[in-house]
Amino acid sequence: MKRGARLGVGERRSVAAGIGVLAWVVGLLWIFPVAWTVLTSFKSEQDASAQTFHHGLGFGRYSDVSHSTAGTLSLQTAFMNSLVVVAVSTLVVLVLALPAAYALAIRPIHKWRDVLFFFISTKFLPIVASIFPIYVYAEKWNLIGTRTVLIVLYIAINLPLAIWMTRSFFMEVPRELIEAAEIDGTSLVNQLRQVILPIAAPGIAATALLCVIFAWNEYFYALQLNFANGTTMPQWVVSNVSTRGNFLAKLSAASTIACLPVVLAGWAAQKRMIRGLSMGALK
Amino acid sequence: MTAAAADVAPRGRVGDPFSSAWRRRLPLLPALLYVVAITQLPFLVSIYYSLTNLKDKTQSLIPEPTKFVGIDNYKQIFSDPFFRQAMWTSVKMTVLAVVLSLIVGTLFAILLDRRFLGQGLIRTLLITPFLLMPVVAALIWKQQMFSSLFGVLNKVLTFLGFNSVQFISDHPLGSIVTVLVWQWTPFMMLIMLAGLQSQPSDVIEAANVDGASALGIFRQLTLPHLRRYLELGALLGSIYIVQAFDAIDVMTGGGPGSTNVPYYVYQQSIGGGFRYGAASAYAIVVVIFSIVIATFALRVLSSLFKDEERA
Repeated sequence: MKRGARLGVGERRSVAAGIGVLAWVVGLLWIFPVAWTVLTSFKSEQDASAQTFHHGLGFGRYSDVSHSTAGTLSLQTAFMNSLVVVAVSTLVVLVLALPAAYALAIRPIHKWRDVLFFFISTKFLPIVASIFPIYVYAEKWNLIGTRTVLIVLYIAINLPLAIWMTRSFFMEVPRELIEAAEIDGTSLVNQLRQVILPIAAPGIAATALLCVIFAWNEYFYALQLNFANGTTMPQWVVSNVSTRGNFLAKLSAASTIACLPVVLAGWAAQKRMIRGLSMGALK
Repeated sequence: MTAAAADVAPRGRVGDPFSSAWRRRLPLLPALLYVVAITQLPFLVSIYYSLTNLKDKTQSLIPEPTKFVGIDNYKQIFSDPFFRQAMWTSVKMTVLAVVLSLIVGTLFAILLDRRFLGQGLIRTLLITPFLLMPVVAALIWKQQMFSSLFGVLNKVLTFLGFNSVQFISDHPLGSIVTVLVWQWTPFMMLIMLAGLQSQPSDVIEAANVDGASALGIFRQLTLPHLRRYLELGALLGSIYIVQAFDAIDVMTGGGPGSTNVPYYVYQQSIGGGFRYGAASAYAIVVVIFSIVIATFALRVLSSLFKDEERA
């Protein structure tokens, strides 16, 4: 028994080392396409197309893609559109989600569970099934090609997720603190500001980051409702695919620029992201 | 929908019919009304369109319904071979992508559950594909990996002496599934990692002391514990993957064998078909299927949810 246990420990050590090496190999293989794309973005177009390294690396392609020819969607325009759409929609999501989460977690209304599940059920509805009516009304109200229409829709996409996520963080605020504030007659806004937000702040930040990621990456609505100059980063990346001449290095540079902000945000939020992705079911 | 509507009836105490109950509901109302307006109303309009022969003859982009046709559009669905094909593609695409990403994600989670040098770094790197724009993920694979002209995979194949493969044109579904699995494996990994880490260590210790083998522990303790996490991963993954659009649009543009139902509905309506009435009927059918899936998904979610409350 003792010998077996000792052998087990030794065995476990070598197994652990093996698992470490395996994890590294698997991890590096898995992100190879990303690494390769980043590498390609620093190459010349000839090298990129031939997958060779004759001309050295440089930032030339980054400068190419940020200086667009007249008449095409420029990086600056697309970036500003994305920034405004993502920032405004995320802000409105939080303004709507925080009170809602309060009503579902801290002083739960009657049938709060049904309301919570109604919110999440909207995520199951296929987007494509409602795109045509949305298109027709956006056209009627002169919203096609505007940032407004994307903001309105991205709020609706992210709100259910944000409510679930903030509710799950609000549940962790100690009851006694809220009751004390209520006895003191603190108003809802002040309760949120002084008692709940300081405790739930990291969770709310993670919620905001997740909303930012989803809004930043959204392509379908942006493609259908906003194809011209009002459109966002995903469309700008696609616009770098050219039917004439080599474009691989430029496309890689564009992809890197477009993805870097949310990849960094995602890395920062990864510890809490799982709760949002699992609709608050997991911690 | 019904639950929310029922809740609007005031339920305050006697002599205090509004204030307390409504004061509690007030913070919820803006969010609730917003979601109902933006996500539910378009569906009602879609249902109405699906009963008309709405078409875009003038290309004016705001066609008016011409005639009420009842359920003709719905009857037509069953005689449309392309719709049946799209359904079958949807099923294959979703099942393959979900099952494969779940298997690979679980294996990754088991690897990452151990302590090793650089564990956090590898975990961070592994989630990267999930954070990429779906459009960029599809473009990376199409242009850098699969491309017959400059693709890395074909470079490797020819270097090893094999013939080059036209991945996207010969295997459109496989190519798209590859990208979906690549992006969704990190998601599954995070869920399964949460499952592995929530496993009570004392039970495992006890089994160890009793001399249970590693495989035995995994099969009899770990797997049953992970079952609900697998269900959760499968269902949440299905919700998103069944709606896949970006990868198809970028990689094949809906070529043969890769058009799923969302893409087909899109092609029939604003994607160029302009058969709005018929496309709306297809969409409603998709909604009905989604509701069936959602019912299962919500049940799983709510069972996890109740456990969380009890804990």
